[in-house]
Amino acid sequence: MSSSDLGGDRARRLAAALVVAALAAVPLAGDYFTSLVAEVLVFAIFAMSLDLIVGYTGLLSFGHAAFFGVSAYTVTMLGVHAGLSGWWGMLAGIVMSAASAWVIGFFCVRVSGIPFLMLTMAFSQLLYSVAVKWRSMTGGTDGLPGFVRPSFFGWSLDDRSVLYWFIAAGFVFTWWCLRRLIRSPLGSTMVGVRENEQRMRAIGYPVQRIKLISFVIAGAFAGLGGALYAFFNAFVSTDILHWVLSGDAVLMVILGGAGTITGPVIGAGIFLMLKHVISSHTDYWMIWVGVVFIACVMFLRQGVWGLVLERGPRWLRSDR
Amino acid sequence: MSVLLRTEKLCRSFGSLVVTRDVDLEVSRGERHALIGPNGAGKTSLVNQLGGQLRPSSGRIFFKNRDIAGLEPEAICRLGISRTFQKNNLFRGLSVRENVRLAVQVHRGRPYEAFRSTLADRALWDRADELLERIGLVSGLDRRVSELSYGEQRQLEIAIALASEPELLLLDEPTSGMSPAETDQMIELVRGLPSSLALLMIEHDMKVVFSLADRVTVLHYGEVLASGPPAQIQSSERVREVYLGGAH
Repeated sequence: MSSSDLGGDRARRLAAALVVAALAAVPLAGDYFTSLVAEVLVFAIFAMSLDLIVGYTGLLSFGHAAFFGVSAYTVTMLGVHAGLSGWWGMLAGIVMSAASAWVIGFFCVRVSGIPFLMLTMAFSQLLYSVAVKWRSMTGGTDGLPGFVRPSFFGWSLDDRSVLYWFIAAGFVFTWWCLRRLIRSPLGSTMVGVRENEQRMRAIGYPVQRIKLISFVIAGAFAGLGGALYAFFNAFVSTDILHWVLSGDAVLMVILGGAGTITGPVIGAGIFLMLKHVISSHTDYWMIWVGVVFIACVMFLRQGVWGLVLERGPRWLRSDR
Repeated sequence: MSVLLRTEKLCRSFGSLVVTRDVDLEVSRGERHALIGPNGAGKTSLVNQLGGQLRPSSGRIFFKNRDIAGLEPEAICRLGISRTFQKNNLFRGLSVRENVRLAVQVHRGRPYEAFRSTLADRALWDRADELLERIGLVSGLDRRVSELSYGEQRQLEIAIALASEPELLLLDEPTSGMSPAETDQMIELVRGLPSSLALLMIEHDMKVVFSLADRVTVLHYGEVLASGPPAQIQSSERVREVYLGGAH
């Protein structure tokens, strides 16, 4: 390894430490800002998990909200109806999300391209209808209030700062795990599938199994995001299972830069900022999101973060 | 020499179009077998059936006495048949080294490990470098494949196919689109492959065929027109008529 690589290593560590320090200091900036960052981080987890499927495995999924929603509903329903602590709920939520990703993925990975997109969307809409119809458990379109946030060694998550730090920890954990995964043998097989599925099969890889593993891991992390969302809101409604949320996540991934670790985080930030800033001026905020998206697809194919990686310092490039 | 691959009445049709008709083909261990025939004779379709990319309509394919007809490509690769493609079919966005490492990884690594860096497994990288050296690529291995010249990409095709340590290598027009100098280099490369490795190669360039093959099979409209040692094929009237002396 050359000395410039070692320099890059130092720069990367320093940057990571600065980001973690900045994240930890966010509650100093007041409740409103803290809540905003918490929301961004929850959706960043969701978008990063989707990027594993879209950006790294090369499959455009339009049903990722299913796994976010299943977990959020599991956490909230277990809490409200069974009085179970949010911690157990979170564990159950992640397991449920991974399990449903396994079942849904089992069918979806048999196809690719547009059929894959349609099938993932169909399955997630199926879960959406269940949530709408099963009023006694889910509260239907009114949503399900009454979730009590758990405490963490005596610190209640009702405290905005504690809740925020917990979400930030979940975000850092997800970022770190996905980065390790991408650099691992398993991650390299996913990238291989994205680059050339036919050749992967010709050299002996069971491509469907790799796609399914990617789908399940992405589902599990979306489940972590969903559980944290339930903690954050203490309320769930059917919106979080709707395909519109799946579409939002695809926008976040593409705006930020598909096939990069940090891109979806930037994308989630941009998307939610646009939403909050523009929706305070006009009800038609989605139009402006659309304009930004079209501009991005026309002039910035690699996404905002993709451009930074291309033009920025070399040590950043390992974010792919 | 013992028989490694044998097809029995292999047929494949698309609707009323028959691309493979009752093909009986034999390849022995270590044999260098060339498959020739005019465009549309069904050469690539035949190789696709051997490699699992195309399912035969009927007939059987025995590899080491096991019927492999209709198996998935990944299963066929694991049994010991590897292939290259007529059009370069590589991981274009990845580095040259990574292209070969991926192929080595599935053959001898543990591809599902998620908590270790690929950089840590030196043995895989070393093996990839060794394969690349064998096909004559020694510098600029960290370049993306899309930055390689066309001829280098053709060579890389072979390095990837060799990674699974096959007993039978299917080469689909290894010299297609190459300059005369590159073609000579490719002949040397193929000649230098281990003699225990059986080759079945589709080739249009007669110079390549007659300088490498021990046996030649001529396909015409999906059927085997003739099969035998190169000298016999060269002197066959029927082969001359449809192929060697004809339009080509």
